Amino acid sequence: MRINCPHCGTRDRREFTWSGADVALNRPAPDAGEAAWDDYVHLRENPAGASRELWYHDPCGTFALVERDTVTHLVGDAVLAEKVAR
Amino acid sequence: MARLIAKSPLAGLVPVEVGGLTLSEVETGPVTSVAPFKGKQTAVSKALKAAVGLGMPKVGRMDRKGEARALWVGRGRALVMGAALPDLEGAAQTDQTGANAVLRVEGPAVEAVLARLVPLDLRATAFPVGQTARTMVAHMMASVTRVGDAAFEVMVMRSMAQTLVHDIGGAAKAVAARDLV
Ligand SMILES: [Zn+2]
Repeated sequence: MRINCPHCGTRDRREFTWSGADVALNRPAPDAGEAAWDDYVHLRENPAGASRELWYHDPCGTFALVERDTVTHLVGDAVLAEKVAR
Repeated sequence: MARLIAKSPLAGLVPVEVGGLTLSEVETGPVTSVAPFKGKQTAVSKALKAAVGLGMPKVGRMDRKGEARALWVGRGRALVMGAALPDLEGAAQTDQTGANAVLRVEGPAVEAVLARLVPLDLRATAFPVGQTARTMVAHMMASVTRVGDAAFEVMVMRSMAQTLVHDIGGAAKAVAARDLV
């Protein structure tokens, strides 16, 4: 499995650490209410199919938002997490 | 005051010849990590150029000017080696002298040996002289830089020095053994 680091190029999976779904990019507003914060802190999807995940390229220090299909293991586009509109 | 004896990261481990490769230590001189603050990349690069004749290196590059070298080591960060730096306005600077071991690996089989340890295409067509990558060597995070047709520099944290020499030595012996059968 190879993942595109948007900073330094396509690399072997062993260079990356998986950081789960892209939850951290969707933090609710401070006053969003208990339900939204409960969802953000505790509840996770377990998708079969297309997913958006954060991967950390350990050697260069870059977080990437990576599209990956959990059924086919197809790895798609990757963009700098920093550049993702929030 | 205590009198301390400076010991280089690879002291006692190299120089050594193994499997047709020569392993030796690169004396880096002073090493400074330079990380420009947000929006200060251009200004810091200019200040660095004025100080040592080298700007911030591009992604995947190691640049040289005389004794000074500027090595890209990750997002928004470079190591400047071989020259002491003044304070650069707009950058986080930390002294990293002696923090890393830099091993020069040289010999005709160097690509074949590193291919066993590094998950990258290091052939000259894909990875020319001056190119560097942040990657893995065996299980160690490292900077791998091509410095010649048959020579690379591999930089790891100082604490990994012995493991690095061991792993590269082992791979070199295994590659050399293929010629015996
Ligand atoms: Zn990277």
